[in-house]
Amino acid sequence: MIDVSSALRVSFRALRVNKLRSALTMLGIIIGVGAVITMLAVGTGARRMIAAQIAGMGSNLIMILPGATTAGGARMGAGTQPTLSMGDADAIGKDASAVSDVAPVLGGIAQVVYGHQNWSTSIIGSTPSIFNVREWPIARGRTFSEQDVKTATKVCLLGETVINNLFGDTDPIGQIIRIKNVPFTVIGVLTPKGQSPAGQDQDDNIFVPVTTAQKKLFGTAFPGMVRIIMVKAKSAENMASAEKQINEILAQRHHIGAKQDSDFTVRNLTQIMQTAEQSAKIMTLLLGAIASVSLIVGGIGIMNIMLVSVTERTREIGIRMAIGAKTWDIRLQFLIEALSLSLLGGIIGIILGVSGSRALSMLAGWPTEVSPLSLALAFGFSGLVGIFFGFYPAYKASLLNPIDALRYE
Amino acid sequence: MALIDVKDITKVYRLGDTELRALDTINLTIDSGDFVAVMGPSGSGKSTFMNILGCLDKPTSGAYVLDGIDTARLSRDELASIRNKKIGFIFQGFNLLSRTTAIENCELPMLYAGIGVDERGRKALAALKSVGLEGRQHHMPNQLSGGQQQRVAIARALVNGTPIILADEPTGNLDSKTSVEIMELLVKLNNDSGITIMLVTHEHDIAAFAKRTIRFRDGRLVSDEAGTK
Ligand SMILES: Nc1ncnc2c1ncn2[C@@H]1O[C@H](COP(=O)(O)OP(=O)(O)OP(=O)(O)O)[C@@H](O)[C@H]1O
Ligand SMILES: [Mg+2]
Repeated sequence: MIDVSSALRVSFRALRVNKLRSALTMLGIIIGVGAVITMLAVGTGARRMIAAQIAGMGSNLIMILPGATTAGGARMGAGTQPTLSMGDADAIGKDASAVSDVAPVLGGIAQVVYGHQNWSTSIIGSTPSIFNVREWPIARGRTFSEQDVKTATKVCLLGETVINNLFGDTDPIGQIIRIKNVPFTVIGVLTPKGQSPAGQDQDDNIFVPVTTAQKKLFGTAFPGMVRIIMVKAKSAENMASAEKQINEILAQRHHIGAKQDSDFTVRNLTQIMQTAEQSAKIMTLLLGAIASVSLIVGGIGIMNIMLVSVTERTREIGIRMAIGAKTWDIRLQFLIEALSLSLLGGIIGIILGVSGSRALSMLAGWPTEVSPLSLALAFGFSGLVGIFFGFYPAYKASLLNPIDALRYE
Repeated sequence: MALIDVKDITKVYRLGDTELRALDTINLTIDSGDFVAVMGPSGSGKSTFMNILGCLDKPTSGAYVLDGIDTARLSRDELASIRNKKIGFIFQGFNLLSRTTAIENCELPMLYAGIGVDERGRKALAALKSVGLEGRQHHMPNQLSGGQQQRVAIARALVNGTPIILADEPTGNLDSKTSVEIMELLVKLNNDSGITIMLVTHEHDIAAFAKRTIRFRDGRLVSDEAGTK
């Protein structure tokens, strides 16, 4: 049996002689492997982001948005009409047994001033439950109380980014900041959450009592209304019953009949994440289709070029046979040549796929992650393609009659 | 026992309806150490006969026993192994691998014999030295003269220590001076190493180097005599 190193030398020499031809032959494999790598990177990245997002938002989270998502005729987008009230939130808290915490939320972007520093940030008006719902502990100080909510006290809790931008080294607790020119006392500091997987700064927030937000900051047009209601179910198993209870309570409170479209939407995070996962899956499938088609086309290209190569080198095959090459010596030689083509294409494809994934993250903001397993998989796949499509030409070469091959012009 | 024993060998080519008897009941024995010139007009069946002796082709009928082995029964790979171990080929057109250095061409038979890389290099170099090509081992065939290429082919033929060399018009593409040099090399191999040589030629001067001459005409063996001069 011939040894691999000399077979490799022979095949690289053959590939070098026809550089352009070899490059064109590899193109299909390059594109195929590149697509495989990108596909797996997108898939892994999306799954990672979804997991992190669920962890970041708090588990067992249900969101109630105003407006309906499905409606005949003129359709209102979810969240366009303020239809949810403080009373809705209270009713859910009181009557929905599968729910552990309810937090009505009203917020907006506002300018915040402390001394000479000013900063534009998002203000979240809610109840103390919001910190349970979002699973967001207080680092120092205290959260606002039910009493603060009842009396619309002008107190606030700050996220890390806000502190960094307004206070620098000063201890913010007890200081007075002005939100939309209204003075608020800082009573607490939140633990930093860092960036969301989508790249958003989650610490660029100020929390105030929801009533204060309504009365002093954002609530002019629709008094008593809130933007969304965030609900935490008691457990993952309780999610479905919590949703059902919420739907019933709100339908009753909003006087919605069985055949009417509701003016609110209940969504849980898992559904939202499922939608995201779905689109990632579709992207993965699409790339997978491109990948398999290119790999097959690339394989056929390799087969084609190897058949040409076998014909071109019939005389060489004859010489080798006359000198003592056995069936498998010839087969291995051409298989190794096909394999060199496909594996070289695979390596270039891997480089292309890795940079492609990087580019997707950077340009389109998609989270991608290239796992070592996907590299091994892509490399293995290109090898399989080389062997599969290289076998027939190698087989054909090995069956040549020595005397005919030697006489071949 | 004869090294080569040919009994009633016939080779028939069928081209459409016509039948062509390229070889017609050939009987011949060749002992180890012989040097046989094969002569005859063009188309008389010399190459056909040599190809059968070289196990590159099979006769239509008849028996060919090589070194005690009946070749009729052997598989493709067994024949390949026989060629590798027992027969060295020298062709009119040299038949070196292009874009492959002289030494790599020489190493080829040992590669298929499964000999390790170090021993291969050493033996190939020694073989090239013995045919007077020292210092040319890294030349490609297209960087060598015809005579030098044929020397590489000879080195390749003897590098595995095969007992037989089959040469089909080895000097056919060479001028007379170079031809004589090649023949002297073959005579030396025959004398010093006892390698059995069969050589096809059209020229009496070349055949004169052999110990024995056989002649073909129309696929038949018509004469078999010692010496020619
Ligand atoms: N593959 C083949 N198919 C059909 N006929 C063949 C084939 N090979 C050889 N022949 C015929 O067999 C006969 C003998 O050919 P061969 O090549 O043995 O002649 P030769 O003695 O070597 O001639 P030359 O001196 O010209 O080389 C010729 O008539 C040739 O046409
Ligand atoms: Mg001939």
